[in-house]
Amino acid sequence: MVPLSHYLFLSAVLFMTGAVGVLTRRNAIIVFMSIELMLNSVNLTLVAFSSFLGNVTGQMLVFFVMTVAAAEAAVGLAIIIAIYRRKQTVNLDEINLLKW
Amino acid sequence: MLTYTDFLLAMPLFSLTVTVLLIIATEAARVGRARFSQFLAITGLLVTSLLAGLNLRESGVAFQGMIATDAASSYLTILLSLAGIVTALVARPYFEHRDAHRGEFYILLLFAIIGMVLMASANDLITLFLGIELMSFCLYVLAGFERTKDKQNESALKYFLLGAFASAFLLYGIALIYGSVGSTNLDAIARAYAGISNQPLFLLGTAMLIVGLGFKVAAVPFHMWAPDVYEGAPTVVTGFMATAGKSAAFAALAIVMIRTFDIGGSTTADVLALLAAASMVLGNVVAIAQTNLKRMLAYSSVAHAGYLLAGVAAGTAEGFAGVFLYLTAYTVTTLGAFAVIGWHERTNDEGTSLDDYVGLSQHQPVIAAVMALYMFSLTGIPPFAGFIGKYYVFMAAVRADLTWLAIVGVLTSAVSAFYYLRVIVMMYFRERDGEHIPLPRIPVMIALGITAALVIVVGVLPSTVLQLFMPAM
Amino acid sequence: MTLEQLMFYGLGAVGIGSGLLVVTRRNPVMSALSLVLNFFCLAGLYLTLNAQFIAVIQIIVYAGAIMVLFLFVIMLLNLRDERALSDRLSARKIIGAGLAFGLLLQVLYILMSAADGFPQKDEALAVSTGTVEVIGVQLFTTFLFPFEITSLLLTAAIVGAVLLAKKKLD
Repeated sequence: MVPLSHYLFLSAVLFMTGAVGVLTRRNAIIVFMSIELMLNSVNLTLVAFSSFLGNVTGQMLVFFVMTVAAAEAAVGLAIIIAIYRRKQTVNLDEINLLKW
Repeated sequence: MLTYTDFLLAMPLFSLTVTVLLIIATEAARVGRARFSQFLAITGLLVTSLLAGLNLRESGVAFQGMIATDAASSYLTILLSLAGIVTALVARPYFEHRDAHRGEFYILLLFAIIGMVLMASANDLITLFLGIELMSFCLYVLAGFERTKDKQNESALKYFLLGAFASAFLLYGIALIYGSVGSTNLDAIARAYAGISNQPLFLLGTAMLIVGLGFKVAAVPFHMWAPDVYEGAPTVVTGFMATAGKSAAFAALAIVMIRTFDIGGSTTADVLALLAAASMVLGNVVAIAQTNLKRMLAYSSVAHAGYLLAGVAAGTAEGFAGVFLYLTAYTVTTLGAFAVIGWHERTNDEGTSLDDYVGLSQHQPVIAAVMALYMFSLTGIPPFAGFIGKYYVFMAAVRADLTWLAIVGVLTSAVSAFYYLRVIVMMYFRERDGEHIPLPRIPVMIALGITAALVIVVGVLPSTVLQLFMPAM
Repeated sequence: MTLEQLMFYGLGAVGIGSGLLVVTRRNPVMSALSLVLNFFCLAGLYLTLNAQFIAVIQIIVYAGAIMVLFLFVIMLLNLRDERALSDRLSARKIIGAGLAFGLLLQVLYILMSAADGFPQKDEALAVSTGTVEVIGVQLFTTFLFPFEITSLLLTAAIVGAVLLAKKKLD
């Protein structure tokens, strides 16, 4: 029997791994993928709570998060494509008209 | 079971949805041009505010506790619709001048308003999350609306990456709160609050929630995106996200922190008070150094987030009322100021620098006077709206034993006078040598008229406005 | 060790490893493929939690749809050349990683101190909450309103994505 806390630890580790990616990487697509990693780790927390509490709300929220993530991927990648067309790069250090 | 009442309470949302679907249909069928979409959007928003007005004295929970309609949420729906109408009015002259007027603008504008209305009437963390995401997606795209402009692209990318990052924290917060309560319904959380308010899991969830929402309202230290995004985005979009976006996020924050959590006097309130003080100080001090008007107003909006947070930190019904009154004052004033900047702006962000406003009063005395009115209101000089907002928020803070915060607020307001009044000095006391800019077109004049009138009305009759969203007070 | 424990620790280890690969690989294609692996591990973990429906849509939606979109864009933009702009160690990165690590320790500490109050799993109840049937019924009754909102969300995203990414606007 794996206790709930172990699921939450795993989720926290994955969440912060994603956060490290966002804070340290400069490639916009990799930053975006790190954010997806963070959202997924939250899903693990939600499913774990849902299953241990025997309450379906958490899994419903995961369902909605997935929809949001799909929409987010569409919008985010469109923004990245738009900027790549103009600049031929997705490196955040080279996209710096405004101070970052 | 869905009943008739469910639909009645959600009427404003339905009218917004119908409007946006109509615009999509006419755009797809190429029935009209972008200006027809503008017409539809403004009509739809007028109908929406009318329906919300009818709901002002209704209150109740709809759709299995997913949304709650009451005076405050209906009032905010009206305010958001108004912000939408003003934005739609100034958008056409602004984008036509830049040869970028497209119907999609109104589609995204209305979708964003739907998200904001959801945030203001959320009665469940799921609805709140979906509302925030719907609003954010639209704002990300609107920030990069003219995709051939490098600055706008960059602004969209920055806003998107940092916004999605913050959303992950928000979601983590929601997950932890769900884990400690066993429900995402705000009524259920409110009932359980007394028993769990000191549990580490719940506090961690609250902290993550504050990070996520703190980003959306651009409070220090989660404000880094605001100056760049505000400067880079098209001015009409900046005006919209600085006002409507902030109003919706603060409504959500006030609903969660004051109504659901009852944070008055708790550690959470202290944390919010610290964030408030930091936002006031940093926002106002850095704003002094800005030479670009859009960037200056971005830092000023960080400072205003601080004043608003003071109302939230008070954690009382008074604080709640103060936040809503302040939001009204801030929204009408800032919308007007950005409308002036949008008019003054020539094609490619020329005319947003402070120096460009030199001697404006000699060429366009009326516009200069209106701009001066907005600056006085933002400073908080009576009898304009900004003063009333500050008064109520600071009074709430003092009554909640946060006197130090009110003092910081008053002192930083005095500092802010320096950069707001500098705009007036530029317009009135210097000789003009720049080009002559023609009077704004009629829609912009109407927008300026509406906002300027409201700045005075809210300032002179605050109790009438208060009656609208707080019938009991 | 029971099968459940074996699955949890095995999938958890692979999940963390692939997560680290996502944020450390220079080549975005490698990152994306690691992320797919990570999503599969999470789907396996959802199965250990008796969330069958979520496990299946995790693979269909996340690994199948979203990551394919990512890979498609990476290849469309031909980002392999970005390797030349290698990420070097800088103060900003150390601060960023340190911040996240500090936050992680704090979160772990709080979770640890809260662990005593956590509920024990009721196997029968957990099985009955994760079925397609229960989720389907809930989705179209209690959660009908948010479900409709997601349709608006997707429509808005389509409009936005087309506006920004379309080659020529007319």
